Amino acid sequence: MTATLDAPTPAAATAAAALPAPPPAYRTPIVLAVLAVVTAVMALATPAGATNVRISTNTDLFQIPVFAVPGRATAWLLTVLVLAAAAYAFVLARGRRRIPVWVIVVAGVCALLALLVLISAGKTQVVPVTGLLAGTLFLATPLVFGALSGVVCERVGIVNIAIEGQLLAGAFAAAVVASMAGSAYVGLIAAPLAGVAVGALLAFFSIRYQVNQIIVGVVLNVLVVGLTSFLFSTVLRENPQLNSRTALPTLPIPLLSEIPLVGPVLFRQNLLVYLMYAIVIALQILIFRSRWGLRLRAVGEHPKAADTVGIDVNRTRWRNTLLGGAVAGLGGAFFTVASGLAFGKEMTAGRGFIALAAMILGRWSPTGAVAAAVVFGLSDQLRILMATLAVPVPSQFLLMLPYVVTILAVAGFAGKVRAPAAEGIPYVK
Amino acid sequence: MRLELRGITKRFGAFTANDAIDLVVEPGQIHAILGENGAGKSTLMNVLYGLYTPEEGEIVVDGVPRTFAGPGDAMAAGIGMVHQHFMLVPVFTVAENVVLGQEPMARGLIDAGSAATVVRETAESLGFHIDPNALVGDLPVGVQQRVEIVKALSRKAELLILDEPTAVLTPQETDELIEIMRTLAASGTSILFITHKLREIRAVADTITIIRHGRVVGTAEPTTPETELASLMVGRSVSLGVDRAPAQPGEPGLAVRGLVVRDAHGVPVVDDVSFDVARGEIVAVAGVQGNGQTELVEAILGVTTPEHGSIELAGRPIDGLGVRDRLDAGLAFIPEDRSTDGVVGEFSIVENLVLDRVGAAPVSRGGALDVAYLRRNAAERVAEFDVRTTSIDREVGTLSGGNQQKVVLARELSRDLSVLVASQPTRGVDVGSIEFLHRRIVAERDKGAAVLIVSTELDEVLALGDRIAVMCGGRLVGIVPGGVSRDVLGLMMTGMPPEEAARQAAEHHTLLGEADLAAELQAPDGEPAVVQDGAVVQDAAVVQDASHESEEQR
Repeated sequence: MTATLDAPTPAAATAAAALPAPPPAYRTPIVLAVLAVVTAVMALATPAGATNVRISTNTDLFQIPVFAVPGRATAWLLTVLVLAAAAYAFVLARGRRRIPVWVIVVAGVCALLALLVLISAGKTQVVPVTGLLAGTLFLATPLVFGALSGVVCERVGIVNIAIEGQLLAGAFAAAVVASMAGSAYVGLIAAPLAGVAVGALLAFFSIRYQVNQIIVGVVLNVLVVGLTSFLFSTVLRENPQLNSRTALPTLPIPLLSEIPLVGPVLFRQNLLVYLMYAIVIALQILIFRSRWGLRLRAVGEHPKAADTVGIDVNRTRWRNTLLGGAVAGLGGAFFTVASGLAFGKEMTAGRGFIALAAMILGRWSPTGAVAAAVVFGLSDQLRILMATLAVPVPSQFLLMLPYVVTILAVAGFAGKVRAPAAEGIPYVK
Repeated sequence: MRLELRGITKRFGAFTANDAIDLVVEPGQIHAILGENGAGKSTLMNVLYGLYTPEEGEIVVDGVPRTFAGPGDAMAAGIGMVHQHFMLVPVFTVAENVVLGQEPMARGLIDAGSAATVVRETAESLGFHIDPNALVGDLPVGVQQRVEIVKALSRKAELLILDEPTAVLTPQETDELIEIMRTLAASGTSILFITHKLREIRAVADTITIIRHGRVVGTAEPTTPETELASLMVGRSVSLGVDRAPAQPGEPGLAVRGLVVRDAHGVPVVDDVSFDVARGEIVAVAGVQGNGQTELVEAILGVTTPEHGSIELAGRPIDGLGVRDRLDAGLAFIPEDRSTDGVVGEFSIVENLVLDRVGAAPVSRGGALDVAYLRRNAAERVAEFDVRTTSIDREVGTLSGGNQQKVVLARELSRDLSVLVASQPTRGVDVGSIEFLHRRIVAERDKGAAVLIVSTELDEVLALGDRIAVMCGGRLVGIVPGGVSRDVLGLMMTGMPPEEAARQAAEHHTLLGEADLAAELQAPDGEPAVVQDGAVVQDAAVVQDASHESEEQR
């Protein structure tokens, strides 16, 4: 018997033999290289002349005057940065290491900035960088909320295609309740409740009756669009006081908001954006380090394993699907009270699906989702800027920009990501 | 813990999986539960672990009757279970898996430090080491099993259920598991050890309870001879041994040259494999599940396209041929998972017997099936292959595993064939049918077929293989003559070359290997050892008696 204990352990040999190194995956570096080529083409097309840039606002502690940036040189610098990102990704891929999300985000942002230089070089208008970045963050807000909702739901094993519907329901509830109460803040309470209602339907059908979750999600989106459009053209039309414009006030944070560039971008926003910061940080920590997060992920990866240690799988799924609905619903408030707009038919315009793409691109992590959402937000912001700069491109094409970026991003970069293993599979004992 | 089960009855509809089962496990005892596949062992353990609620009977823990609404209750009562399919989250670390459900907390978050300490201390108390921060998915199955044991013990389990724990282990890993079980029992932990493998039971159990058709049919001591245990398990007298003439290898049948198959991630799962199988011989491929055997046979059949290499059938390359053409060229194939790849469960026996031949005469004429021929064919095959059924029109899905496998074999062997590739031919098959299936396979060899058997059961490999090829990590470790000792095969299954394995096996015997050796020296009463190629082969748990009993379940 002692002889067997002294025998060489086969475990090491098995481990080495059972886990041959996979060949390098060059998909992401190749896509980045293509992006570098595109950026180079844009740099070539950039007209001579400078882009006038303003990065100060009136309230900053000190002022930086408007200055001119040489267009071509900047475009080439950006090209080099994209190329560097591609090269770094190539080195990582060759070493079979993971390519972090930020590499992709940096490359995407540089490519979009090159586009900005292309359209603004040689023009007399000033490009307000601060406004551009603040607008990017603001436009990314509903995407971040939607993506966080997706992260919570999918991490627990429920596919949430209904983000679009939850955003729309949140937008509607926020507008109506804020109008009735006469306070935009009350709208922020109503929005998550509307999202919870949609989440409850999703949970009810997919957990209780094990209906295919993608189908339930699509149907819920159609339901919410139909319902809100109906109420909009009947109840809200007859009672316009129920759909008035209420706006969340901008709340500059003292001192922080006076830092040049960073201040106006990050700290001169409204409460919804500050809530977003808090929720992103909280979820990032809690999902990966708390008891709730560990159980959430266990249920989404291997529900039976969770069950055998006494975790109630379906109850966990119910609760977190409702939580996800609340997060997306809160994000819906962006479209109405946070933007100072009244509710309009189908005003979310597919942002829920872009949020879904941001979640996938961000690899089911809150911070990754934020990074991806910022790329999409920037493309949205560029669309607006291009319209004001009177770029000779039909406006319909400009409207397509965020969606084109979404398709390219998901097709080009999302190929290797791994979804939670039990996602979309009902748990039956 | 002293555990007592009194009259446990569990029914699924009209089917009684457990019928008034009584069982007592004393503290510190290793209590084996022996039974065939489908005898009701796993159902009983799931009742005990709170996953199923029994219709009748009670569970008494240390004299107190308990009811378990879920696994949480069972754990709270001190019962831990290591499932056959591990209940571990592959993307979690060892520590996360171990503390899941009872996480140590510090400042509102999980206390990673004390979680790691729990893992280290529990593992050390059992005499091994585990890195708490390793990802479970990166660990070999043997280590994953230890994580499961650590997980159960860290929940203060005083009774540990091990459900078919050796199914995924090499003989050497099995040995290490047996050591751990003994350490546990010595420290007072009771162990319920579920298996259908006779040899292991005799090596480790203090007492044995035998279950058949959901009932306790007897208890035995570990000193009971294997034949007697097998008789109790199957329900009739059986004898063990292998009866098989030496092979007469002839012309080349199947040749595989430099075969490389990559999986979806680009990882080579079959890595430069070359071998020949002559007509009239059986080559058995041994290896732990998931070391490329599945992909190898799929490439031979043609459902997987290899990246490199070539395959020849009777001297003729078949690389460009599709599955249909390969079958027509004389290849017969028995898939490893009969329920998904072997039969269509909702089809009748009649239909399943001609699945691969519907396109041509005599099965179809003028574009329509010849029903008269089909029925005649089915009646003949059912008789020839001893398929136990009430009617040839029965849905195959309602037959027992052994009878389903006979239908698959009947279909594949009813054509002219030059090469037979059989993957796990007796997995999940009752002991009675195993012997029949083995005899049919040997008969095909004697008729001149080249036979390739893939099996993860060493007993089967040793029972059938004229030569034995061992695979590990997608590579062919080596080919050794049939009848080589299981210690050598076990070491080769970890990737050790044959010469090195033979040298080390001569120095250190595994517990089961020692048992073999002892049996060989004592020349056990009434069990003739079949000597072949100078090696002793007497261990295959093949039941000789073919007087079948009702095998139809449900």
